[in-house]
Amino acid sequence: MKKATRQSYGEALLELGKENKDVVVLDADLAGATKTELFAKEFPDRFFDIGIAEADMMGTAAGLATCGKIPYVSTFAMFAAGRSYDQVRNSICYPNLNVKICATHAGITVGEDGATHQMIEDLSLMRTIPNMTVLSPSDDAQTQWIIKEISKINGPAYVRLARLATEEIYDENQKFEIGKAVQHGDGTDGTIFATGVTVQEALKAQKLLQEKEINVRVVDMFSIKPIDKEMIIKCATETKKLVSIEDHNVIGGLGSAISEVLTDEYPTKLIRLGIKDTFGRSGKAEELMKIYGIVSDNIIEKF
Amino acid sequence: MNIEELTKKTVEIRKGIIEAVYHAQSGHPGGSLSVADILTVLYFNEMNIKPEDPNWEDRDRLVLSKGHCSPALYSCLANKGYFPVEDLKTFRKIDSYLQGHPDRNKVPGVDMTTGSLGQGLSAANGMAIAGKMDQKDYRVYCILGDGEIEEGQIWEAAMTSSKYKLDNLCVIVDNNNLQIDGTIKEVMSPYPIDEKFRSFGFEIIKIDGHDIEEIIKAFEVAKNIKDKPTCIIAKTIKGKGISYMENQVGWHGKAPNEEQYKEAMANLVSLGTGLE
Repeated sequence: MKKATRQSYGEALLELGKENKDVVVLDADLAGATKTELFAKEFPDRFFDIGIAEADMMGTAAGLATCGKIPYVSTFAMFAAGRSYDQVRNSICYPNLNVKICATHAGITVGEDGATHQMIEDLSLMRTIPNMTVLSPSDDAQTQWIIKEISKINGPAYVRLARLATEEIYDENQKFEIGKAVQHGDGTDGTIFATGVTVQEALKAQKLLQEKEINVRVVDMFSIKPIDKEMIIKCATETKKLVSIEDHNVIGGLGSAISEVLTDEYPTKLIRLGIKDTFGRSGKAEELMKIYGIVSDNIIEKF
Repeated sequence: MNIEELTKKTVEIRKGIIEAVYHAQSGHPGGSLSVADILTVLYFNEMNIKPEDPNWEDRDRLVLSKGHCSPALYSCLANKGYFPVEDLKTFRKIDSYLQGHPDRNKVPGVDMTTGSLGQGLSAANGMAIAGKMDQKDYRVYCILGDGEIEEGQIWEAAMTSSKYKLDNLCVIVDNNNLQIDGTIKEVMSPYPIDEKFRSFGFEIIKIDGHDIEEIIKAFEVAKNIKDKPTCIIAKTIKGKGISYMENQVGWHGKAPNEEQYKEAMANLVSLGTGLE
Protein backbone atom coordinates (compact mmCIF):
# COMPACT_ATOMS: atom_id res chain seq x y z
CA MET A 1 0.00 0.00 0.00
CA LYS A 2 1.29 3.44 -0.88
CA LYS A 3 1.74 5.94 1.92
CA ALA A 4 3.26 9.41 2.22
CA THR A 5 6.13 9.75 4.67
CA ARG A 6 4.34 12.71 6.29
CA GLN A 7 1.55 10.31 7.29
CA SER A 8 4.11 7.88 8.74
CA TYR A 9 5.59 10.82 10.65
CA GLY A 10 2.25 11.71 12.23
CA GLU A 11 1.68 8.13 13.31
CA ALA A 12 5.19 7.68 14.70
CA LEU A 13 4.96 10.96 16.59
CA LEU A 14 1.77 9.83 18.29
CA GLU A 15 3.45 6.62 19.45
CA LEU A 16 6.55 8.47 20.55
CA GLY A 17 4.38 10.87 22.52
CA LYS A 18 3.05 7.95 24.52
CA GLU A 19 6.54 6.62 25.22
CA ASN A 20 8.33 9.88 26.02
CA LYS A 21 6.64 12.62 28.02
CA ASP A 22 9.39 15.13 27.22
CA VAL A 23 8.35 15.14 23.57
CA VAL A 24 6.45 18.31 22.65
CA VAL A 25 5.24 19.29 19.21
CA LEU A 26 5.08 22.69 17.51
CA ASP A 27 3.39 23.50 14.25
CA ALA A 28 2.73 26.64 12.24
CA ASP A 29 -0.91 26.36 11.22
CA LEU A 30 -0.34 23.24 9.13
CA ALA A 31 -1.11 20.48 11.63
CA GLY A 32 -3.60 18.87 9.24
CA ALA A 33 -1.09 18.77 6.40
CA THR A 34 2.02 17.84 8.39
CA LYS A 35 -0.02 15.25 10.33
CA THR A 36 1.01 16.58 13.74
CA GLU A 37 -2.75 16.79 14.40
CA LEU A 38 -2.63 13.12 15.42
CA PHE A 39 -0.34 14.07 18.31
CA ALA A 40 -2.27 17.27 19.02
CA LYS A 41 -5.55 15.44 19.56
CA GLU A 42 -4.01 12.97 22.00
CA PHE A 43 -1.73 15.43 23.82
CA PRO A 44 -3.24 18.93 23.59
CA ASP A 45 -1.11 20.17 26.51
CA ARG A 46 2.10 19.22 24.72
CA PHE A 47 1.14 20.68 21.38
CA PHE A 48 1.74 24.32 20.45
CA ASP A 49 0.30 25.92 17.37
CA ILE A 50 2.48 28.98 16.88
CA GLY A 51 0.47 30.22 13.93
CA ILE A 52 1.92 31.37 10.64
CA ALA A 53 5.19 32.40 12.24
CA GLU A 54 7.86 29.83 11.48
CA ALA A 55 10.79 31.90 12.69
CA ASP A 56 9.16 32.29 16.10
CA MET A 57 8.31 28.58 16.14
CA MET A 58 11.98 27.63 15.72
CA GLY A 59 13.06 30.00 18.50
CA THR A 60 10.32 28.81 20.84
CA ALA A 61 11.43 25.24 20.23
CA ALA A 62 14.99 26.25 21.05
CA GLY A 63 13.86 27.74 24.38
CA LEU A 64 11.85 24.62 25.23
CA ALA A 65 14.90 22.49 24.46
CA THR A 66 17.05 24.46 26.92
CA CYS A 67 14.62 23.28 29.61
CA GLY A 68 14.88 19.59 28.74
CA LYS A 69 11.93 19.24 26.36
CA ILE A 70 12.38 17.42 23.06
CA PRO A 71 10.54 19.60 20.55
CA TYR A 72 9.44 18.17 17.21
CA VAL A 73 8.80 21.11 14.94
CA SER A 74 6.81 20.85 11.75
CA THR A 75 5.87 22.93 8.79
CA PHE A 76 6.50 22.68 5.06
CA ALA A 77 10.15 22.29 4.08
CA MET A 78 10.01 25.64 2.31
CA PHE A 79 9.32 27.45 5.57
CA ALA A 80 11.33 25.23 7.89
CA ALA A 81 14.60 25.30 5.98
CA GLY A 82 14.05 28.38 3.85
CA ARG A 83 12.18 31.00 5.77
CA SER A 84 13.64 30.06 9.15
CA TYR A 85 17.20 29.36 8.06
CA ASP A 86 18.77 31.93 10.38
CA GLN A 87 16.73 30.75 13.37
CA VAL A 88 17.63 27.12 12.65
CA ARG A 89 21.28 28.02 12.32
CA ASN A 90 21.72 30.48 15.18
CA SER A 91 19.07 29.56 17.75
CA ILE A 92 19.11 25.77 17.27
CA CYS A 93 22.26 24.43 15.62
CA TYR A 94 24.91 26.76 16.99
CA PRO A 95 23.81 26.13 20.60
CA ASN A 96 23.39 22.45 19.58
CA LEU A 97 19.87 22.27 21.00
CA ASN A 98 17.77 19.14 20.95
CA VAL A 99 15.21 20.24 18.37
CA LYS A 100 13.87 17.89 15.70
CA ILE A 101 12.73 19.67 12.56
CA CYS A 102 10.39 17.42 10.63
CA ALA A 103 9.67 19.21 7.38
CA THR A 104 6.97 17.92 5.10
CA HIS A 105 6.09 18.74 1.49
CA ALA A 106 9.70 18.75 0.30
CA GLY A 107 10.69 18.74 -3.37
CA ILE A 108 8.76 19.27 -6.60
CA THR A 109 6.54 16.33 -5.71
CA VAL A 110 4.50 18.82 -3.68
CA GLY A 111 2.82 19.17 -7.07
CA GLU A 112 -0.02 21.56 -7.74
CA ASP A 113 1.06 24.30 -5.31
CA GLY A 114 3.88 25.17 -7.68
CA ALA A 115 7.36 26.64 -7.34
CA THR A 116 6.78 28.80 -4.24
CA HIS A 117 6.08 25.66 -2.22
CA GLN A 118 8.47 23.24 -3.90
CA MET A 119 11.52 23.21 -1.67
CA ILE A 120 14.46 21.95 -3.72
CA GLU A 121 17.28 23.56 -1.71
CA ASP A 122 16.68 22.25 1.81
CA LEU A 123 19.20 19.41 1.82
CA SER A 124 21.81 21.88 0.72
CA LEU A 125 20.88 24.47 3.34
CA MET A 126 20.52 22.05 6.22
CA ARG A 127 23.51 19.81 5.64
CA THR A 128 25.93 22.71 5.59
CA ILE A 129 25.05 23.75 9.14
CA PRO A 130 27.44 22.31 11.75
CA ASN A 131 25.86 20.00 14.40
CA MET A 132 22.89 19.17 12.16
CA THR A 133 21.86 15.61 11.32
CA VAL A 134 19.96 15.40 8.01
CA LEU A 135 17.73 12.46 7.16
CA SER A 136 15.58 11.83 4.11
CA PRO A 137 13.46 8.68 4.48
CA SER A 138 12.05 6.75 1.56
CA ASP A 139 9.12 4.85 3.01
CA ASP A 140 6.79 4.23 5.91
CA ALA A 141 8.86 1.82 8.00
CA GLN A 142 12.02 3.87 7.61
CA THR A 143 10.24 7.08 8.57
CA GLN A 144 8.68 5.47 11.65
CA TRP A 145 12.11 4.26 12.73
CA ILE A 146 13.77 7.63 12.11
CA ILE A 147 11.19 9.63 14.03
CA LYS A 148 11.76 7.51 17.13
CA GLU A 149 15.51 7.15 16.68
CA ILE A 150 16.18 10.89 16.55
CA SER A 151 14.60 11.32 19.97
CA LYS A 152 17.61 9.39 21.30
CA ILE A 153 20.21 11.70 19.76
CA ASN A 154 20.97 14.79 21.81
CA GLY A 155 21.17 17.51 19.17
CA PRO A 156 19.36 19.00 16.21
CA ALA A 157 18.01 16.95 13.32
CA TYR A 158 16.26 17.77 10.06
CA VAL A 159 13.97 15.14 8.57
CA ARG A 160 12.80 15.64 5.00
CA LEU A 161 9.31 14.28 4.41
CA ALA A 162 7.16 14.09 1.32
CA ARG A 163 3.58 14.81 0.41
CA LEU A 164 3.53 12.20 -2.34
CA ALA A 165 2.43 8.69 -1.36
CA THR A 166 5.14 6.17 -2.22
CA GLU A 167 5.61 2.40 -2.21
CA GLU A 168 6.42 0.36 0.86
CA ILE A 169 10.06 -0.65 0.60
CA TYR A 170 10.91 -2.10 3.98
CA ASP A 171 9.08 -4.28 6.47
CA GLU A 172 8.94 -3.24 10.08
CA ASN A 173 11.76 -5.61 11.09
CA GLN A 174 14.32 -3.93 8.84
CA LYS A 175 17.33 -2.67 10.78
CA PHE A 176 18.58 0.84 10.14
CA GLU A 177 21.42 2.90 11.51
CA ILE A 178 21.96 6.63 11.15
CA GLY A 179 24.99 7.14 8.91
CA LYS A 180 24.53 3.76 7.21
CA ALA A 181 22.97 3.55 3.76
CA VAL A 182 20.83 0.56 2.79
CA GLN A 183 22.01 -1.50 -0.18
CA HIS A 184 19.50 -3.28 -2.42
CA GLY A 185 21.08 -5.97 -4.61
CA ASP A 186 24.74 -6.43 -5.41
CA GLY A 187 24.90 -5.85 -9.15
CA THR A 188 28.24 -4.58 -10.42
CA ASP A 189 27.19 -2.88 -13.65
CA GLY A 190 26.32 0.24 -11.73
CA THR A 191 25.09 1.87 -8.53
CA ILE A 192 22.02 4.04 -8.24
CA PHE A 193 22.16 6.27 -5.20
CA ALA A 194 18.72 7.59 -4.29
CA THR A 195 16.97 9.27 -1.38
CA GLY A 196 13.37 9.96 -0.33
CA VAL A 197 10.76 9.63 -3.08
CA THR A 198 13.34 8.67 -5.72
CA VAL A 199 14.27 5.38 -4.02
CA GLN A 200 11.17 3.73 -5.50
CA GLU A 201 12.19 5.05 -8.94
CA ALA A 202 15.65 3.58 -8.51
CA LEU A 203 14.23 0.21 -7.53
CA LYS A 204 11.92 0.29 -10.55
CA ALA A 205 14.89 1.07 -12.81
CA GLN A 206 16.87 -1.75 -11.23
CA LYS A 207 14.14 -4.23 -12.17
CA LEU A 208 13.81 -2.94 -15.72
CA LEU A 209 17.57 -2.94 -16.26
CA GLN A 210 17.71 -6.53 -15.05
CA GLU A 211 15.43 -7.51 -17.93
CA LYS A 212 18.14 -6.18 -20.24
CA GLU A 213 20.71 -8.15 -18.24
CA ILE A 214 22.20 -5.05 -16.73
CA ASN A 215 22.71 -5.70 -13.05
CA VAL A 216 22.78 -2.64 -10.84
CA ARG A 217 22.51 -2.10 -7.14
CA VAL A 218 20.39 0.56 -5.47
CA VAL A 219 21.61 2.39 -2.40
CA ASP A 220 19.06 4.16 -0.23
CA MET A 221 20.96 7.18 1.08
CA PHE A 222 18.42 8.13 3.75
CA SER A 223 21.20 9.47 5.94
CA ILE A 224 22.38 12.58 4.12
CA LYS A 225 24.45 13.71 7.08
CA PRO A 226 26.27 11.84 8.44
CA ILE A 227 26.79 10.27 5.03
CA ASP A 228 27.91 6.68 4.55
CA LYS A 229 31.39 7.20 3.13
CA GLU A 230 32.28 3.52 3.27
CA MET A 231 29.29 2.57 1.16
CA ILE A 232 30.08 5.24 -1.44
CA ILE A 233 33.69 4.15 -1.73
CA LYS A 234 32.69 0.46 -1.83
CA CYS A 235 30.23 1.08 -4.67
CA ALA A 236 32.77 3.20 -6.55
CA THR A 237 35.27 0.34 -6.37
CA GLU A 238 32.86 -2.50 -7.07
CA THR A 239 30.60 -1.09 -9.79
CA LYS A 240 31.19 0.34 -13.26
CA LYS A 241 28.94 3.36 -13.19
CA LEU A 242 27.58 5.69 -10.51
CA VAL A 243 24.27 7.54 -10.78
CA SER A 244 22.49 9.63 -8.16
CA ILE A 245 18.87 10.73 -8.27
CA GLU A 246 16.99 13.13 -6.01
CA ASP A 247 13.92 15.33 -5.83
CA HIS A 248 16.16 18.33 -5.08
CA ASN A 249 18.31 20.77 -6.98
CA VAL A 250 21.32 18.91 -8.44
CA ILE A 251 23.37 21.59 -6.72
CA GLY A 252 23.99 20.96 -3.05
CA GLY A 253 21.94 17.86 -2.33
CA LEU A 254 22.57 14.11 -2.42
CA GLY A 255 24.61 14.13 -5.64
CA SER A 256 26.82 16.89 -4.29
CA ALA A 257 27.27 15.12 -0.97
CA ILE A 258 28.35 11.92 -2.75
CA SER A 259 30.65 13.91 -5.05
CA GLU A 260 32.35 15.44 -2.04
CA VAL A 261 33.16 11.98 -0.67
CA LEU A 262 34.36 10.75 -4.07
CA THR A 263 36.55 13.81 -4.59
CA ASP A 264 38.20 13.31 -1.24
CA GLU A 265 38.49 9.55 -1.15
CA TYR A 266 38.16 7.91 -4.56
CA PRO A 267 37.79 10.27 -7.55
CA THR A 268 35.13 8.72 -9.79
CA LYS A 269 32.63 10.07 -12.29
CA LEU A 270 29.10 10.44 -10.90
CA ILE A 271 26.05 11.11 -13.08
CA ARG A 272 23.80 13.38 -11.04
CA LEU A 273 20.06 13.39 -11.72
CA GLY A 274 17.91 15.98 -10.02
CA ILE A 275 16.21 19.29 -10.65
CA LYS A 276 18.59 21.08 -13.01
CA ASP A 277 18.95 24.36 -11.14
CA THR A 278 15.55 25.60 -12.18
CA PHE A 279 12.29 26.34 -10.37
CA GLY A 280 9.39 23.93 -10.57
CA ARG A 281 5.78 24.62 -11.58
CA SER A 282 2.24 23.45 -10.90
CA GLY A 283 1.12 20.01 -11.98
CA LYS A 284 0.65 16.50 -10.67
CA ALA A 285 3.65 15.09 -8.80
CA GLU A 286 4.07 12.22 -11.27
CA GLU A 287 3.93 14.62 -14.24
CA LEU A 288 6.50 16.89 -12.64
CA MET A 289 8.86 14.03 -11.91
CA LYS A 290 8.81 13.13 -15.60
CA ILE A 291 9.23 16.69 -16.84
CA TYR A 292 12.09 17.41 -14.45
CA GLY A 293 13.82 14.12 -15.14
CA ILE A 294 13.70 12.19 -11.89
CA VAL A 295 11.90 8.96 -12.84
CA SER A 296 13.16 5.45 -13.54
CA ASP A 297 13.40 6.12 -17.31
CA ASN A 298 15.96 8.84 -16.67
CA ILE A 299 18.10 6.34 -14.83
CA ILE A 300 17.71 3.62 -17.44
CA GLU A 301 18.88 5.86 -20.26
CA LYS A 302 22.19 6.34 -18.49
CA PHE A 303 23.01 2.63 -18.89
CA MET B 1 21.24 44.35 48.17
CA ASN B 2 20.01 47.81 49.08
CA ILE B 3 19.89 50.70 46.63
CA GLU B 4 23.21 52.12 47.77
CA GLU B 5 25.01 48.78 47.38
CA LEU B 6 23.42 48.21 44.01
CA THR B 7 24.45 51.66 42.83
CA LYS B 8 28.05 50.90 43.82
CA LYS B 9 27.79 47.58 42.02
CA THR B 10 26.75 49.33 38.81
CA VAL B 11 30.08 51.16 38.85
CA GLU B 12 31.94 47.84 39.08
CA ILE B 13 29.83 46.40 36.26
CA ARG B 14 30.65 49.39 34.06
CA LYS B 15 34.35 49.01 34.83
CA GLY B 16 34.11 45.43 33.64
CA ILE B 17 32.46 46.54 30.40
CA ILE B 18 35.21 49.04 29.68
CA GLU B 19 37.96 46.55 30.58
CA ALA B 20 36.48 43.93 28.27
CA VAL B 21 35.97 46.20 25.28
CA TYR B 22 39.29 48.00 25.73
CA HIS B 23 41.35 44.82 25.95
CA ALA B 24 39.50 43.30 23.01
CA GLN B 25 39.82 46.55 21.05
CA SER B 26 36.44 45.48 19.76
CA GLY B 27 32.86 45.18 21.01
CA HIS B 28 29.82 47.27 21.83
CA PRO B 29 30.20 49.65 24.77
CA GLY B 30 27.25 52.00 24.07
CA GLY B 31 24.38 49.55 24.48
CA SER B 32 26.23 47.64 27.20
CA LEU B 33 26.42 50.80 29.31
CA SER B 34 22.77 51.67 28.68
CA VAL B 35 21.57 48.29 29.96
CA ALA B 36 24.12 48.00 32.80
CA ASP B 37 21.86 49.24 35.60
CA ILE B 38 18.99 46.95 34.60
CA LEU B 39 21.27 43.92 34.42
CA THR B 40 22.89 44.79 37.74
CA VAL B 41 19.53 44.90 39.50
CA LEU B 42 18.53 41.61 37.87
CA TYR B 43 21.71 39.71 38.76
CA PHE B 44 22.35 41.22 42.18
CA ASN B 45 18.85 41.75 43.51
CA GLU B 46 16.10 40.17 41.53
CA MET B 47 17.03 36.85 40.00
CA ASN B 48 16.94 33.59 41.89
CA ILE B 49 20.21 32.03 40.74
CA LYS B 50 23.15 29.98 42.02
CA PRO B 51 26.47 30.97 40.48
CA GLU B 52 28.00 27.74 41.83
CA ASP B 53 25.35 25.76 39.95
CA PRO B 54 24.74 27.61 36.67
CA ASN B 55 22.43 24.92 35.27
CA TRP B 56 20.24 24.65 38.36
CA GLU B 57 16.83 23.61 37.02
CA ASP B 58 14.78 26.03 39.11
CA ARG B 59 16.85 29.13 38.38
CA ASP B 60 15.42 32.29 36.91
CA ARG B 61 16.57 32.67 33.31
CA LEU B 62 17.76 35.63 31.31
CA VAL B 63 17.93 35.94 27.55
CA LEU B 64 20.00 38.88 26.36
CA SER B 65 18.36 39.12 22.97
CA LYS B 66 20.50 42.14 22.11
CA GLY B 67 23.46 39.80 22.30
CA HIS B 68 26.05 42.32 21.15
CA CYS B 69 25.82 43.80 24.64
CA SER B 70 27.61 40.73 25.96
CA PRO B 71 30.17 42.88 27.84
CA ALA B 72 27.42 43.97 30.25
CA LEU B 73 26.20 40.40 30.72
CA TYR B 74 29.72 39.00 31.16
CA SER B 75 30.61 41.73 33.62
CA CYS B 76 27.56 40.86 35.73
CA LEU B 77 28.26 37.13 35.57
CA ALA B 78 31.91 37.64 36.47
CA ASN B 79 31.14 39.97 39.37
CA LYS B 80 28.48 37.55 40.55
CA GLY B 81 31.07 34.77 40.71
CA TYR B 82 30.33 32.63 37.66
CA PHE B 83 33.91 33.13 36.47
CA PRO B 84 36.91 35.34 37.36
CA VAL B 85 36.53 39.07 36.73
CA GLU B 86 40.09 38.99 35.36
CA ASP B 87 38.84 36.84 32.45
CA LEU B 88 36.88 39.83 31.11
CA LYS B 89 40.20 40.95 29.62
CA THR B 90 40.16 37.90 27.34
CA PHE B 91 36.84 38.94 25.77
CA ARG B 92 36.74 38.30 21.99
CA LYS B 93 40.30 36.92 22.01
CA ILE B 94 41.24 33.80 20.08
CA ASP B 95 41.33 31.25 22.92
CA SER B 96 38.74 32.88 25.17
CA TYR B 97 35.43 31.32 26.12
CA LEU B 98 34.03 34.86 26.22
CA GLN B 99 32.77 34.95 22.65
CA GLY B 100 31.79 38.20 20.95
CA HIS B 101 28.16 37.24 21.40
CA PRO B 102 26.79 35.11 24.29
CA ASP B 103 27.24 31.35 23.87
CA ARG B 104 25.35 29.16 26.33
CA ASN B 105 27.69 26.24 25.79
CA LYS B 106 30.85 28.19 26.49
CA VAL B 107 30.01 30.75 29.17
CA PRO B 108 28.68 29.62 32.56
CA GLY B 109 25.51 31.50 33.41
CA VAL B 110 24.48 32.30 29.86
CA ASP B 111 21.01 30.83 29.41
CA MET B 112 20.64 31.36 25.69
CA THR B 113 22.96 31.82 22.76
CA THR B 114 22.08 35.07 21.04
CA GLY B 115 23.51 37.55 18.57
CA SER B 116 21.35 37.39 15.48
CA LEU B 117 18.89 40.10 16.49
CA GLY B 118 15.21 39.43 16.96
CA GLN B 119 15.47 35.81 18.10
CA GLY B 120 15.69 36.00 21.89
CA LEU B 121 12.06 36.59 22.76
CA SER B 122 11.03 33.37 21.01
CA ALA B 123 13.54 31.40 23.07
CA ALA B 124 12.43 33.16 26.25
CA ASN B 125 8.84 32.15 25.43
CA GLY B 126 9.96 28.55 25.08
CA MET B 127 11.59 28.68 28.52
CA ALA B 128 8.50 30.27 30.04
CA ILE B 129 6.20 27.69 28.43
CA ALA B 130 8.41 24.88 29.75
CA GLY B 131 8.25 26.43 33.23
CA LYS B 132 4.46 26.42 33.11
CA MET B 133 4.34 22.84 31.81
CA ASP B 134 6.60 21.66 34.62
CA GLN B 135 4.81 23.82 37.22
CA LYS B 136 8.02 25.55 38.16
CA ASP B 137 8.16 28.97 39.77
CA TYR B 138 11.10 30.35 37.87
CA ARG B 139 10.82 33.61 35.94
CA VAL B 140 12.24 34.42 32.54
CA TYR B 141 13.71 37.82 31.68
CA CYS B 142 14.31 38.90 28.12
CA ILE B 143 16.20 42.04 27.19
CA LEU B 144 15.49 43.62 23.83
CA GLY B 145 17.12 46.59 22.15
CA ASP B 146 14.83 49.34 20.90
CA GLY B 147 16.37 49.06 17.45
CA GLU B 148 16.11 45.29 17.67
CA ILE B 149 12.33 45.40 17.85
CA GLU B 150 12.35 46.47 14.20
CA GLU B 151 12.83 42.74 13.55
CA GLY B 152 9.52 41.09 12.62
CA GLN B 153 10.18 37.97 14.67
CA ILE B 154 9.83 40.02 17.85
CA TRP B 155 6.19 40.64 17.03
CA GLU B 156 5.57 37.02 16.10
CA ALA B 157 7.01 36.14 19.48
CA ALA B 158 4.99 38.85 21.25
CA MET B 159 1.81 37.13 20.03
CA THR B 160 3.08 33.84 21.42
CA SER B 161 3.89 35.38 24.84
CA SER B 162 0.37 36.66 24.98
CA LYS B 163 -1.40 33.57 23.60
CA TYR B 164 0.17 31.36 26.27
CA LYS B 165 -0.45 33.94 29.03
CA LEU B 166 3.21 33.94 30.03
CA ASP B 167 3.00 35.87 33.28
CA ASN B 168 6.34 34.27 34.22
CA LEU B 169 7.94 36.30 31.42
CA CYS B 170 9.23 39.84 31.78
CA VAL B 171 10.49 41.65 28.71
CA ILE B 172 12.66 44.72 29.09
CA VAL B 173 13.17 47.12 26.19
CA ASP B 174 16.40 49.07 26.52
CA ASN B 175 15.12 52.28 24.97
CA ASN B 176 18.37 54.20 24.42
CA ASN B 177 16.97 55.69 21.24
CA LEU B 178 20.03 55.05 19.07
CA GLN B 179 20.95 52.42 16.50
CA ILE B 180 23.91 52.19 14.15
CA ASP B 181 22.58 54.40 11.36
CA GLY B 182 21.08 57.06 13.64
CA THR B 183 18.16 57.56 16.02
CA ILE B 184 15.58 54.79 15.95
CA LYS B 185 13.03 57.37 14.92
CA GLU B 186 15.04 58.28 11.82
CA VAL B 187 16.05 54.77 10.81
CA MET B 188 12.79 52.85 11.27
CA SER B 189 10.69 54.05 14.13
CA PRO B 190 9.26 51.39 16.41
CA TYR B 191 7.42 54.10 18.38
CA PRO B 192 5.03 54.07 20.14
CA ILE B 193 6.67 51.06 21.80
CA ASP B 194 4.29 51.04 24.76
CA GLU B 195 1.16 51.02 22.63
CA LYS B 196 2.55 48.34 20.38
CA PHE B 197 3.32 45.91 23.22
CA ARG B 198 0.08 46.80 25.00
CA SER B 199 -1.93 45.97 21.90
CA PHE B 200 -0.06 42.66 21.67
CA GLY B 201 -1.37 41.79 25.13
CA PHE B 202 1.42 42.90 27.46
CA GLU B 203 1.16 44.81 30.71
CA ILE B 204 3.31 47.93 30.27
CA ILE B 205 5.56 49.52 32.87
CA LYS B 206 7.57 52.61 31.93
CA ILE B 207 10.66 53.50 33.92
CA ASP B 208 13.90 55.42 33.93
CA GLY B 209 16.34 52.60 33.18
CA HIS B 210 19.06 54.22 35.28
CA ASP B 211 16.99 54.76 38.43
CA ILE B 212 17.75 51.76 40.61
CA GLU B 213 14.69 52.22 42.79
CA GLU B 214 12.37 52.38 39.78
CA ILE B 215 13.97 49.28 38.26
CA ILE B 216 13.52 47.29 41.49
CA LYS B 217 9.90 48.38 41.79
CA ALA B 218 9.13 47.51 38.17
CA PHE B 219 10.28 43.93 38.68
CA GLU B 220 8.18 43.70 41.84
CA VAL B 221 5.09 44.92 40.03
CA ALA B 222 5.73 42.56 37.09
CA LYS B 223 5.84 39.55 39.41
CA ASN B 224 2.32 40.21 40.57
CA ILE B 225 0.73 40.55 37.15
CA LYS B 226 -1.29 37.46 36.34
CA ASP B 227 -2.31 35.83 33.06
CA LYS B 228 -0.27 38.07 30.81
CA PRO B 229 3.34 38.94 30.11
CA THR B 230 4.91 42.22 31.19
CA CYS B 231 6.98 44.61 29.14
CA ILE B 232 9.12 47.15 30.96
CA ILE B 233 10.09 50.02 28.71
CA ALA B 234 13.25 51.47 30.17
CA LYS B 235 14.27 54.92 29.00
CA THR B 236 18.06 54.84 28.93
CA ILE B 237 21.09 56.72 27.70
CA LYS B 238 23.44 54.98 25.30
CA GLY B 239 26.96 55.06 26.74
CA LYS B 240 25.61 55.96 30.22
CA GLY B 241 28.33 56.60 32.80
CA ILE B 242 31.17 57.49 30.46
CA SER B 243 30.69 61.17 29.75
CA TYR B 244 32.19 61.25 26.27
CA MET B 245 30.21 58.19 25.17
CA GLU B 246 26.79 59.34 26.35
CA ASN B 247 24.23 59.70 23.56
CA GLN B 248 26.95 59.28 20.94
CA VAL B 249 25.94 56.76 18.30
CA GLY B 250 29.59 56.46 17.28
CA TRP B 251 30.17 54.43 20.46
CA HIS B 252 27.75 51.69 19.44
CA GLY B 253 30.46 49.32 18.31
CA LYS B 254 33.81 50.93 18.92
CA ALA B 255 36.53 50.34 21.51
CA PRO B 256 38.25 53.19 23.37
CA ASN B 257 41.95 53.82 22.71
CA GLU B 258 44.41 53.95 25.61
CA GLU B 259 43.79 57.58 26.42
CA GLN B 260 40.02 57.18 26.20
CA TYR B 261 40.25 54.04 28.31
CA LYS B 262 42.09 55.91 31.06
CA GLU B 263 39.55 58.71 30.92
CA ALA B 264 36.67 56.23 31.11
CA MET B 265 38.16 54.43 34.08
CA ALA B 266 38.87 57.76 35.82
CA ASN B 267 35.25 58.68 35.14
CA LEU B 268 34.08 55.50 36.82
CA VAL B 269 36.51 55.77 39.75
CA SER B 270 35.27 59.25 40.56
CA LEU B 271 31.68 58.06 40.15
CA GLY B 272 32.47 55.34 42.69
CA THR B 273 34.21 57.72 45.08
CA GLY B 274 31.24 60.04 44.89
CA LEU B 275 29.14 57.23 46.31
CA GLU B 276 31.36 56.65 49.35
